[in-house]
Amino acid sequence: MEKVRSMLGTRTQLRRDVLGYMFIAPWLVGFIVFTAGPMVGLVYLAFTRYPVLSPPTFNGLDNLDRMLGDRFFTISLWNTAYFTFLGVPAQVVWALMLALLLNMRVHGVNVFRTLYYLPTIIPGVASVFLWMYIFNPDYGLANYILSLFGIPGQAWLWDPELSKPSLIIMELWRVGTMMVVFLAGLQGVPQSLYDAAAIDGAGLFAQFRHVTVPMITPLIFFNLVVGIISSFQIFTAAYIATQGGPVHTTLFYVLFVYRHAFENLRMGYASLLAWVLFFIILVFTLVQFRMARIWVFYEVE
Amino acid sequence: MGVLRGGMRPFSSALASNTVRYALLIFGGVICFIPLGWMLSTSLKMPGTEFIFPPNLIPRPVVWSNYIDAVTRPGHPFFLYTRNSVVITLSATLGTVLTSSFVAFGFARIRFRGRDFWFIVLLSTLMLPDVVRLIPSFILFKLLGWIDTLLPLIVPFWFGVNAFYVFLIRQYFRTIPLELDEAALMDGAAYVRIYWQVILPISGPVLGAVTIFSVLSHWNDFLGPLIYTNSVDLRTLALGLRFFMSRTGTDWNQLMAASILMLAPILALFFSMQRYFIRGIHMTGFGGR
Repeated sequence: MEKVRSMLGTRTQLRRDVLGYMFIAPWLVGFIVFTAGPMVGLVYLAFTRYPVLSPPTFNGLDNLDRMLGDRFFTISLWNTAYFTFLGVPAQVVWALMLALLLNMRVHGVNVFRTLYYLPTIIPGVASVFLWMYIFNPDYGLANYILSLFGIPGQAWLWDPELSKPSLIIMELWRVGTMMVVFLAGLQGVPQSLYDAAAIDGAGLFAQFRHVTVPMITPLIFFNLVVGIISSFQIFTAAYIATQGGPVHTTLFYVLFVYRHAFENLRMGYASLLAWVLFFIILVFTLVQFRMARIWVFYEVE
Repeated sequence: MGVLRGGMRPFSSALASNTVRYALLIFGGVICFIPLGWMLSTSLKMPGTEFIFPPNLIPRPVVWSNYIDAVTRPGHPFFLYTRNSVVITLSATLGTVLTSSFVAFGFARIRFRGRDFWFIVLLSTLMLPDVVRLIPSFILFKLLGWIDTLLPLIVPFWFGVNAFYVFLIRQYFRTIPLELDEAALMDGAAYVRIYWQVILPISGPVLGAVTIFSVLSHWNDFLGPLIYTNSVDLRTLALGLRFFMSRTGTDWNQLMAASILMLAPILALFFSMQRYFIRGIHMTGFGGR
């Protein structure tokens, strides 16, 4: 009896296995062909000289050597770090401010939700062009607004000092996804906590500081992690608007990799650079998860 | 509770605090809207007047000819660009929705050996930055002879290459009671029928969200078409916009008009499916706590 049941069990399980793999087959094939295979290839290519037009030849650690002596490697790392570590916290703060506004209980707040989200769905390319026009030193809107306050016009994207901050402002305009994530979190904070705080005499700011912020730390964390990963990969704005200039101040890492791979046709070197970026992102993400234990507050269910 | 409290407040103080609230909301709205309004206003200005400083915020007179000029620019077949964008967006999205949900069904509803292992592998591909995929994918497509065709922008999406969507749909499928498919010992065909006739029809919200995310990302994609295509005939709208700029000067009016034309279908989609949009972001699992 036992034996029959277990035999039946094995056959059912076998059937499930076949079915299961049948369903995940499209992904499994895609994973092997479009992800795993190429990744293995990338490891090999990092140790080769590969000018695309002729096949790759093994050159050991030459690429690593070149990278460590490459001035533009350091410059692009610095630019990317600057853009990320000033830009992402600014995005998080701005997105949280907008979400707090949208969390107010007034009629018609949905209209504002749409309005605040709108910039985020604008195609990246269109957004870059729009901001190039806004930042134009001669006839741009940005300088017009400065002039209303009696501030002299700036060269913005074309000023080595201001090029990165200008791009940060540009990105601030499109924080809709972060904002919606925050909004969902804010709506999940129980009203009873605010009521309790109010009874204890906490004002609006104290409520924000001691109720809202602790309750949404998981979302702050999520937005920081996702924001940093995507910010490390900024490309379109620098490629179109500034082409890495002025004086290399917007030569970001992915633009640097892109140029080696697709303009200078140094695929081997570019493969190593791509791996290095992957490694940097991995380390930063892990460090953030480690640090999260200290400051992120998870509700115990 | 909060509503009750608000209701008990004296009327005048409620009015005052509501005024402040609206003032803040409108202030934020103005900041978000100014660049967009500027885009619209520029697209309607008489050519030449976009260089005036201080700028006119309202176009006087309003001219629509920029839109016509933008789509009939010599050497830049706007309608062909549009067609390419539409072809890529629709076929890639169809592939994404079909395969992601099919794969998600397997992960969510069938207890096969190795399932957890493969699911973790799937999740770990989420961490892979695009730039790391870019170079080896380019070489792969070159070997396949797919460079300067639209295939690299479509085919991978028929293989569930975006793990995020599989994950999202799988989470949703898990919430549907399992009894349906465990009732009997069934053959593969019966499972496919359940997937197609039972599960998919009741998964509108998550499929809607994935559709929107996918349409947006393909319509707006710049790097993919830039790397995989060369011919003018294969350019997408996102690539085509770039050619309104030149060393000799930029036709800002036409560029803004073209941008608005590119934006219009996305806006229409956004407004008609806004429900799914916001819910989709909540569904990432981090919002809904």
